[in-house]
Amino acid sequence: MSAFNAIGDEREIDRDEYTPGIEPQPTWCPGCGDFGVLKALKQALPEAGKTPEEVLTVTGIGCSGKLNSYLDTYGFHTIHGRALPVARAAKLANPELEVIAAGGDGDGYGIGGNHFIHSARENHDMTYIVFNNEIFGLTKGQTSPTSPKGHKSKTQPSGSAKTPLRPLSMSLNAGASYVARTAAVNPNQAKEIIKEAIEHDGFAHIDFLTQCPTWNKDARQYVPYIDVQESDDYEFDTTNREEAAEMMRETENVLNEGTVLTGRYYVDEDRPSYSQEKKAVGEMPDQPLAERYFDDDAEWERSYDLLERHT
Amino acid sequence: MSDDELIWRIAGGSGDGIDSTSQNFAKALMRSGLNVFTHRHYPSRIRGGHTYVEIRAAAHEVQSRGDGYNFLLALGDSFARNPQEEAYYGNEEIKPLSENLDDLREGGVIIYDEGLIGEDDIEALDLEARAEENDWHVYPLDLRGLAKEHGREVMRNTAGVGATAALLDMELEHIEDLMEDAMGGDVLEANIEILHEAYDSVNEEYEFNHDLRAPTGEHDAEQALLSGSNAIAYGAIDAGCRFISGYPMTPWTDVFTILSQNFPDMGGVSEQVEDEIAAAALAVGASHAGVKAMSGSSGGGFALMSEPLGLAEMTETPLVLIEAMRAGPSTGMPTKPEQGDLEHVLYTSQGDSQRVVFAPGNIEEAYEQTRLAFDIAWDYQIPTIIIYDQKLSGENTNVDVEFFDREPSPDLGSTLTEEELREAAHDNSGKFKRFNHEDAENGVAPRSLPGQKDGRYLATGNEHNPVGHISEDPDNRVHQMDRRLEKLESIREELDEERESTQTYFGEDDAEYGIITWGSSQGAVEEAIERLNENGHSVKGLSVSDMVPFPEREVTEFVESVDEAMVVEMNATAQFRGLLQKELGRFGEKLTSLLKYNGNPFEPAEIVEGYEVNLADEDREPTAQVRIEPAAGD
Repeated sequence: MSAFNAIGDEREIDRDEYTPGIEPQPTWCPGCGDFGVLKALKQALPEAGKTPEEVLTVTGIGCSGKLNSYLDTYGFHTIHGRALPVARAAKLANPELEVIAAGGDGDGYGIGGNHFIHSARENHDMTYIVFNNEIFGLTKGQTSPTSPKGHKSKTQPSGSAKTPLRPLSMSLNAGASYVARTAAVNPNQAKEIIKEAIEHDGFAHIDFLTQCPTWNKDARQYVPYIDVQESDDYEFDTTNREEAAEMMRETENVLNEGTVLTGRYYVDEDRPSYSQEKKAVGEMPDQPLAERYFDDDAEWERSYDLLERHT
Repeated sequence: MSDDELIWRIAGGSGDGIDSTSQNFAKALMRSGLNVFTHRHYPSRIRGGHTYVEIRAAAHEVQSRGDGYNFLLALGDSFARNPQEEAYYGNEEIKPLSENLDDLREGGVIIYDEGLIGEDDIEALDLEARAEENDWHVYPLDLRGLAKEHGREVMRNTAGVGATAALLDMELEHIEDLMEDAMGGDVLEANIEILHEAYDSVNEEYEFNHDLRAPTGEHDAEQALLSGSNAIAYGAIDAGCRFISGYPMTPWTDVFTILSQNFPDMGGVSEQVEDEIAAAALAVGASHAGVKAMSGSSGGGFALMSEPLGLAEMTETPLVLIEAMRAGPSTGMPTKPEQGDLEHVLYTSQGDSQRVVFAPGNIEEAYEQTRLAFDIAWDYQIPTIIIYDQKLSGENTNVDVEFFDREPSPDLGSTLTEEELREAAHDNSGKFKRFNHEDAENGVAPRSLPGQKDGRYLATGNEHNPVGHISEDPDNRVHQMDRRLEKLESIREELDEERESTQTYFGEDDAEYGIITWGSSQGAVEEAIERLNENGHSVKGLSVSDMVPFPEREVTEFVESVDEAMVVEMNATAQFRGLLQKELGRFGEKLTSLLKYNGNPFEPAEIVEGYEVNLADEDREPTAQVRIEPAAGD
């Protein structure tokens, strides 16, 4: 018998269940793209058949970090840049949990960049949503890793001398098995992509363009946007690494010129998730680790039985 | 210094197999009925460089490396840099001999490998004159040649052990048994041959003119030889820990390695990750999801854990961290012991953050206090740190096997089941009041785990209200802070009233003077106190393990009961004495310090001398490389 009966609960789910019954109401600015992520998640989770208590939403710090304050799942609002290592371990501890990690572009591509690379590399079975507004919002508008070259801010008054980081290409090269970009202004696509990411067995990275009407007016609203799957101008195979890489590069090149390309870029359904790999080499138990602590019949190994090598 | 003990030093270069040879020899001595204690000295280098291991063996109890040593096996360094060059490192080829002579006791025995160390070198060292002056007994042997003849050159260690056994009049039985456990086939055959050949040729070639022989003893119970790192790892296993995340760093790597090797057979998970921030954050994540988890590092890596440590404290996630100190600051001396990270561990992380810190003083304490750390962390939902050092990490000593015959304790402490959660307090929207200050006992509000029904809440590093929502409400802030602060008081109360003291006392209650120490300096202090009392002084000792919460009552009683006390620790700035004064708020005029920070642990004689110079008011300077800090006002 499981000690975690919210997991695998097959009941009908009302999407209002994901809205906290009492305060807090979102404190994001009017017109903020973050509302788009919240709304898409609230739609995608019930459609993917997930109940609130089998979901763990792990966030970093920034405007985006408040996501789980407004999404009524189990939540862990961690520290700046560290959502992924916390999320990874929760998944290893209890692989039956649906784990969603989220944070901003500074959080995930800057201070937490190392964790992003390694989480993608290891292909943990989780969804990682990066709220990419090309700016630091909660600290009032400093240049971020994805800010365009020449972007002026209080900390780079003459304009950034750095070219922006390429999140999609970085993700692909690091090893993510699902890479997509969507935008808050495209709610249907956002919901579908989040649902696919949840259902994907591996590290699913969504670069989510979330306009910041307060600090980053340059980016406008990421409109007009183009869905690369629906447009006749783009033709590539999302299961082909080389073609995906080329399309990602193009997408990253044109963003700051005002062409907003979105959609699925890379999907590899065959790559085993990290838990599968770890089980294959015999370094992870079949039973969820967390269940064992509630199993009265569990036999706990003792150090006493290891002493022969020391006598 | 006692005559009925052997302190055998095997010296060579890193990568020459000194470590494994000495492990087996120590075990052979233990099996012969002796108590053993090992000390490892090595450079931060994989191949070459001056390395030695000391094994102290006696029928009586041995708590430290002892003073100096009395038997040198100098093997030569096969990775030595070109001796023709005036290298920065000096002539490395002869270092196994030249670097070790200063500590060799009068009457000591030397074997050196004349296959590697030539006549010219010996002359340059003026060995003959020094041997005469110190009554050393020198046995040059072509260990390399002997090894080559019967097997391979690397087997010269075995030749050295065989020669040692002959000179000490030891039987080869235990050594052979251990070789049979460790190897097989041609390699075993060759080694056994070399062992006997060396043993026989020493007996045939030499007329022994030394007095030293292997002591004889007998154990009442079966013994196991293990290190402080083994003890910490085994304490974790028995506490039900099944998740470890880490990043390699000396000396913490030992614990990480032992658990990584054992966990696959125990259904546990070990994760080597991208950095120490991730390592500590993973342990927080695993614990949050319901697994007993730990992480750890050494100074520099532990510095990166500062933020996840604060997160665990604020979100009240149980966590055990290990801090294996080495000499700092910065990269410092990676393979040398020091107790210099105490203040780092006590105060790192922002705000009024709280953690529990234990500093075990020996191998048994390392096991006990690791288990205690898990109990406290999971009962009180507070990060608990074990601070130890390179010395305790690597030293091996024998412990009764039966010491480990205990029940495991995988209990998750103050964690609720789904049944209990149904009955627990929720807000009007059905969120679990995870951080409920109203019904908290001892500052602890029981927790739920993700995936449990009726348990959802938000964990956050921000200040938060009972269901976990971010809150900056002043009343809530004070309630939550006060509740969290209450934990340390409750833990102190539990440690004082419900558990056996983790402090260790030596000497007679009514002694005039005191020596106070902490962590791994304990053994040397214990032996020094015995010797001082034998020499007619009146001294007792206190070795403190509870760094936080501080055992104020016990330490106050001790300091009040003596005229003066000397605080012994392996650092340059008297960090533990600082903690004493901060916690006790008085006694400044009573406390002096004996400090050592040259990269080598205390020998008992250095503490004896420090005491005599310092407290017994002898008007002289210590000869050892130590520093004395006077009491306040002096």
